[in-house]
Amino acid sequence: MQNAPLLRVEDLKVEFPTRRGRLVAVDGVSFDIAPGEVLGVVGESGAGKSMTGSAIIGLLEPPGRIAGGSISLDGRRIDNLPYEEMRKIRGKHIGAIFQDPLTSLNPLYSVGKQLVETIETHSDLSPTQARERALALLREVGIPAPERRIDQYPHQFSGGMRQRVVIALALCANPRLIVADEPTTALDVSIQAQIIALLKRLCREHGTAVMLVTHDMGVIAETADRVAVMYAGRVAEIGPVRDVIKNPKHPYTVGLMGSIPRIGRDEERLTQIEGSMPRLTEIPTGCAFNPRCPLVFDRCLRDRPDLIDVGPFHRVSCWKYAEGVGHA
Amino acid sequence: MIAFVIRRLLQSLIVMLVVGFVAFSMFNFLGDPINNMVGQDATEEDRENLRVALGLDKPFYVQFLVYLSNAVQGNFGTSYRLGMPVVDALADRLPATLELVFCAAGLALLVGVPLGVYTGLHRDRWLSKVFLTLSLVGISLPTFLIGILLILFFAVQLGWLPSFGRGDVVDLGFWSTGFLTASGLKALILPSVTLALFQLTLVMRLVRAEMLEVLRTDYIKFARARGLSNRAVHFGHALGNTLVPVITITGLQIGSLIAFAIVTETVFQWPGMGLLFLQAVQFVDIPIMSSYLILIAFFFVAINLVVDLLYYFVDPRLRADRAVAGGH
Amino acid sequence: MADVTAPPGALRRFVDSDVFYSFRQSKVTVVAAIVTAIIVIGAFLGPWIAPHDTYDVRSLNLLDAFTPPVWSEGGNPSYLLGTDDQGRDVFSTILLGARVSLLVGFAATLFAMILGVLLGLISGYVGGTTDAVIMRIADIKLSFPAILIALLIDGVARGIIPRDMHDDLALYVVIFAIGISNWVAYARTVRGSTLVEKNKEYVQAARIIGLHPFTIMIRHVLPNVLGPVLVIGTLGLAGAILAEATLSFLGVGVPPTRPSLGTLIRVGNNFLFSGEWWMTIFPGVMLVILVLAVNLLGDWLRDALNPKLR
Repeated sequence: MQNAPLLRVEDLKVEFPTRRGRLVAVDGVSFDIAPGEVLGVVGESGAGKSMTGSAIIGLLEPPGRIAGGSISLDGRRIDNLPYEEMRKIRGKHIGAIFQDPLTSLNPLYSVGKQLVETIETHSDLSPTQARERALALLREVGIPAPERRIDQYPHQFSGGMRQRVVIALALCANPRLIVADEPTTALDVSIQAQIIALLKRLCREHGTAVMLVTHDMGVIAETADRVAVMYAGRVAEIGPVRDVIKNPKHPYTVGLMGSIPRIGRDEERLTQIEGSMPRLTEIPTGCAFNPRCPLVFDRCLRDRPDLIDVGPFHRVSCWKYAEGVGHA
Repeated sequence: MIAFVIRRLLQSLIVMLVVGFVAFSMFNFLGDPINNMVGQDATEEDRENLRVALGLDKPFYVQFLVYLSNAVQGNFGTSYRLGMPVVDALADRLPATLELVFCAAGLALLVGVPLGVYTGLHRDRWLSKVFLTLSLVGISLPTFLIGILLILFFAVQLGWLPSFGRGDVVDLGFWSTGFLTASGLKALILPSVTLALFQLTLVMRLVRAEMLEVLRTDYIKFARARGLSNRAVHFGHALGNTLVPVITITGLQIGSLIAFAIVTETVFQWPGMGLLFLQAVQFVDIPIMSSYLILIAFFFVAINLVVDLLYYFVDPRLRADRAVAGGH
Repeated sequence: MADVTAPPGALRRFVDSDVFYSFRQSKVTVVAAIVTAIIVIGAFLGPWIAPHDTYDVRSLNLLDAFTPPVWSEGGNPSYLLGTDDQGRDVFSTILLGARVSLLVGFAATLFAMILGVLLGLISGYVGGTTDAVIMRIADIKLSFPAILIALLIDGVARGIIPRDMHDDLALYVVIFAIGISNWVAYARTVRGSTLVEKNKEYVQAARIIGLHPFTIMIRHVLPNVLGPVLVIGTLGLAGAILAEATLSFLGVGVPPTRPSLGTLIRVGNNFLFSGEWWMTIFPGVMLVILVLAVNLLGDWLRDALNPKLR
């Protein structure tokens, strides 16, 4: 934030045309990611966080499409590039990690072949050099005996090992940004921590920025520098992780924090948010959270709130914090 | 590998035994062989003597074993209608059918697979829609009608190609082939096209469906996310995975060509096994019918075995005995 | 009386459903449905709306044989599409032939469906040896093309049934032969769903409270597989009509006294080279239109019921 942002997303809108009109899955989302920074994006399923990630790597599943706003990498707009141009950015400048390591790897290609193929796509290395690099990557992500493992097929690897391979694949061309979509959700709890630690270490070493999409607040707290909380396709609150967790402003974030159990606190029971996120067809006017908000007042039903500064780098979209409206 | 082959061979053997039993039951219980062999004026004593001579007085399972051992030695009895050994009748007709099936299968695969790949990759292009519509027409056109129409146009109207028979064949001693003469090759065209058309549309639709299925998978999305070229994604990752199920079904389809040849051979008066079988059905010539059944079963078992072996080489997951999946 | 004009709930839900929406969106499908409906109704009413009773030998006039269609030279206005070698009106024979084709098609498909669903349920639910045996039979059956099985059954039937009864029973033999050669697809689908449902908790729970799990299977598995079974059934109907036509064309199907479309094409084929094309082409066109329309419906149904494609 001090330096020029690596990734800038401005007023991004993602739509799906359906027979009952257009569904707006992402509605006016804006955020920056600085070089080397880890931005956590958290929210319930359907909040639009994965969709934002797909839009950034330019792989929205049709008929979904970017209907407005812009995405820039290093000051260059990438949301309107032709497919071939964008393809050269994918993998080389923006890497991706998906949720399920079991299905992310082609079962018919050996792990080495998938690595070498990716390395050769983005560099001028000879086949021998590419294989050397593949071995080095496997070693780096902590695969034991890479010389033996490199010629094996995905089904011969365990889930955790496969996710390490996926991370190696994402790092092939030393991208400056990695979009990691729920990278640990499909894994055993015991392995989740290892994978998160690995991702964190590698990104620190390589200076890679990460957009970490997850619904797990614990993973965010441990890994991210900043966090964006998404709700119904919009950013509800964004700020440094510490501030958001210690001092959540948006009623939704407050509820989200209240639902995480903490050790050493004298809480009788966990708070929970009443109701559920509206379906994309039924988003109310005004603030999308208004049907569930305990602090709702008339303006929330009428106008849609924008992000408002509530602290250094801490912004929230809630009328409660707008000037002159200090009550509830 | 060897264990795999032995297991498959055993399964094939069981299938052959079951089919052999069905054929034997038909042979034994339907047509009374004696009635068909002796003249009207044979005495009851003559019949009884023949019965003993043929072993028909023996217990059921002995007769079955005798039948099997005869079958293994290539002795399938004598055709009621032709009065010649079934083996000779079938051997006479075998080359005609196999050459026809070979040409049709080649045509169906060489045209069907590329069309399927094209329509799968470019599902929204108008040309794909044309192919798809045509394929539905192809599936709805009965084989015999295609043959009739082709004869009407190319043989009757234009007079370019013969409407029936094999043309001149060259006898190689064990095999009579139509591949070596101009008239033999010309005679092959219409029947091959007729026989191939239905299978061609099936292969095309199958490849297309598989292709669409594979293109939706995570590993294709991940391959795209790594910035691999369209060529690598489509013809490397996608096509490879598409062909795995296609191989099986194509194997079955080629087998069914041998049976569908019955119809084509009838329309074109092609002197193959199918025509022989159809005449056998009309005249209740049980020895020919049951032997044809066994022969077809043998072809199917052989094709299935080849398909399984192909599978084994294409899909590394089946070669799992090479290494055990590693731990975390 | 507002509630009288409002459509009943089920109908409204249907009209509002995604399936009906995708139906209306696809013009080809609508046309296919209309064509199918016209042919089915025409075939059903055949005996009453056909201009000539072609089954009645006394009404035939051999002098009228080989009349070309009405628009050709020598056409006769009372025979719209011409006549065949025995002076039968081609238009009427097509109507009555489609009736036979559809009858065999529907009956054979229904037979295959019931057999397949039952075997699939039993196979999936009982499991063990029963399952293994049924599925091995299905495998072996699948290795043999339906047309071959049907031919064999027909041949066997000819061996068993006395010659004078053969014509009367031929129709049932064909239905049985086509039905028995098509049950595997249903059985496999139903078996798969049964295996999934069987292990769900509500089935375990129902077992604990003493309900017979087979009842639950029927109540819960069947509704689940109704979609796929319907798709297989529709495409199977097209296949069965083709199979019947093929058998009849080969001369082992329904008897020539009650000709189906396939029989008509077989008979007409003998006169094709001498120029009497209408005896083959019109029944052929009818057959292709019918099968194509049913195939289009099945194809659309498969896409509409497959949520992955939407």
